[in-house]
This record gives sequence, C-alpha cells and structure tokens, in this order.
Amino acid sequence: MSRAPLSGACAAVLRRDLTLAWRRRGDIAMPVLYALIVTTLFPFALGPENALLQRIAGGVVLVTVLLAMLLALDGMFRSDIEDGSLEQLVLAPQPLALMLGMKILAHWLTTALPLIVIAPMLASMLQLPATAMPVLLLALALATPMLSLLGAVLVALTAGTRRSGMLLALMLLPLCVPVVIFAAGALSAVQQGLPWIAPIAWLGAALALALVLAPLACAAALRIALDA
Amino acid sequence: MTAAPLPLLEARALSFFRQDEPVFGPLHFQLHAGELALVEGDNGSGKTTLMRLLAGLLHVDEGELRWRGEPLVRDVCQGEIVFLGHQLGLKGDLSPRENLRIAAGLHGCRDGMAPATALREVGLAGYEDEPVRQLSAGQKKRAALARLLLVPAMLWLLDEPYANLDRHGIALVNRLLETHIAAGGAALVTSHGAVSFHGGAPQRIRMHA
Repeated sequence: MSRAPLSGACAAVLRRDLTLAWRRRGDIAMPVLYALIVTTLFPFALGPENALLQRIAGGVVLVTVLLAMLLALDGMFRSDIEDGSLEQLVLAPQPLALMLGMKILAHWLTTALPLIVIAPMLASMLQLPATAMPVLLLALALATPMLSLLGAVLVALTAGTRRSGMLLALMLLPLCVPVVIFAAGALSAVQQGLPWIAPIAWLGAALALALVLAPLACAAALRIALDA
Repeated sequence: MTAAPLPLLEARALSFFRQDEPVFGPLHFQLHAGELALVEGDNGSGKTTLMRLLAGLLHVDEGELRWRGEPLVRDVCQGEIVFLGHQLGLKGDLSPRENLRIAAGLHGCRDGMAPATALREVGLAGYEDEPVRQLSAGQKKRAALARLLLVPAMLWLLDEPYANLDRHGIALVNRLLETHIAAGGAALVTSHGAVSFHGGAPQRIRMHA
C-alpha cells in the first residue's frame, strides 16, 4: 500500500477545484461582468469629466473588484458540505489546513485573477493615469488574496447556518475596510507623486499573516461546523 | 497477518448527547481485525451518529473510544478508517474516474489498484467518464463503493451501504465485505436487514434510543 504524498494531495485538491470551476465557466464570468457593468455605469452617473473620473478611478476599481469577489465567496464550501466531499476531505490523512489553503488558492485563481486581468481596462475606462497602473495591479494582487483568505474563514464560521449570505457580508465589512484604506492610500499617493511603498508594505505584511493563520482558522471552524 | 491481542476498535460506555438529550445510551463493543459488526436499530436510534462519531467527525461526549488500545484521536488512526455515509462525497460535475483520482490523491492507493480497475470491479465499466450527476442513484453508490476498493484502510464504516442498490449491487457489497474481512480488515455496517454475510456470524450491535 502506498500512502499519498502531500504534494500529490495538494495537486489533487487544486486540480479538482479548478476542473469544477472550468465545468461551470458561466459562474466565473459572473463577477467579471458585474465589475464591468458597475465601472461602466459610473461615468454615466457622474458625468464624463476627466478630472473627476481620474480622481475617483482608483477607488472605484478597487471597491468594484472587492465587491465582485464577494459574489462568489458565499459558495466556497457550500457544495462540498452538501455532497459530503468536505467530510471526505476532513477524514483524509492530510493536514486539513493545507488542503483548505489549496481550495482558497483555487478560489482566488478562478474569481480574483480574472478580475485583476480586466482591472487595467476598467481603470483606463475611468482615465486612471498610466503611471498609477502598476501600483493598482500591485495593490489588487495583495488585497484580493487577503479578501479570499479572510472570506474563507468567515464562510467556514457560518458554514453551519442557513442563509449565511447576509451574516457573511456584515462580518466581512469591518475586515474589508483596512484593506481598502491601504490599497486606496497607495493609489492616491502615486497619483500625487508621493512615495507609495508604505501602504503596500502594510498590505503585504497583513497578507503574510493571513496566509499563515487563515487556513488554520478555516480548518478549525469547519471541524466545528461538521461537529454540529 | 496474525490477529492482534488488542481489539482494533473498542467502545467503553460510549454515549452521545445532542443538546443534553441522549441520542444513544451507553454502548460497549469490541471489534477485532478480521471482524464484521452490524449496527442495528430503528430509524432515529443513532446509527448514523455512531458512525460519524467513530469516523471522528463528532466528538465523544461520554465514555471512551480506543483504537488498538490507545485513546482514539485523529492522529492515531489517520488514513486507517474510511467512511461511507449517506452523502457519498462525489462531485456531480466530475466523472467517477476523476472522483476516484481525487480520493487516491488524498488517501493513496492500494497496491495494484487503479481507478479504472476499481470501477470495473463495481460494475461501472463504460461509465467511467460520464458526469456523476447523470448516473442513477445506484450507480452513484457503486462509484462510492469503488473508493473502498481503491483506498488503503483497515476499518470500513459503511452507513446504509445497501440503500439504492439492486440485487447485484447488494451481492457486490457482500462480496467486497467478505474480501476485506478475509484480508484482515474490519468493518462496521449499519443496515435494516438484507445482509447475507457468508464469512461467519457477524457481531451485532443493538442501538436503543
């Protein structure tokens, strides 16, 4: 008998979630379309003034992308709980936190990455200067995994309850605020020609912390949810 | 393989409470390697709860569970117990073959066993690449049973393995159990009947609400 190696188990979980996402491609397109519609509507509502749009562009894109991610967050573990796959994952002789980390990675790849890819287009629709574009992408690259990780913990905490969507949004809001503040801070700094590295460094530090702690918290929360 | 003097699994005065209501009373049983135990009881007598408790999904409220003489905790029995519950743990959008590959990735594989072989043995040849969603309830059950064949484990916890199966399916479960027991494994099976096990008289565990 051969025991499963850890790397193989990680790859199996990651491949499974990516395959599942690919089989339901329409669900991946949803957040992207949402972000596209919201940013398209802003100039119509506020008027096509370049100076105004330029000033709000960074913030609008950031908030839109983070909100679009919320759309897909709710279902992160739902189908796994319903069909018993989560029980099998919990019972597998592998570290649960790491396996959940793979699930979160798959979730980030399928929801956040497409949003980051279209972010430059959204930003240029709102006249964000090209000099600010790399900082926007950097801020998104740090902020979106944060949201995936924090969101996963909260989804795991509310996994046992029905209609957890509302509760989830309320719980996630205070955690989103610092992420948005630092990401938007970096963007406005670069637009004013100020040094922008400090807020980005804060985001990076928070992400490093979340990367280590969130999967562990997620695993503990899901064990409790299944125990109920 | 010689029978170890210590029982594989032992329950001492095991009880479980849900919101201070007893789900099942104190249970005592021992299960040795190479033994089969049938868990019997009416609907709501706590059979599934017992199974989830033994699998480690629920925590023990009162009494004691021992695995090879040591208290049963997650690390002691890692990978030695495989659980098949009402929820089969199959992804509807994936094919049986893909589902089994995930199980093999997580648990490892028995020697000389591959997803395709396991599926052929449970009679799903020709359905390997159909999405599980499109299979019948009995075929889904068979796909879940293939996991038992594929994954190396000492103790099988089967919750209602006969549900949804036709005559051949029931014979298949019995055959799988016989092979597993003969190879020195152990199994705990809940069922309302329909068990015709040929490898000696199984132990019976009665559940009372």
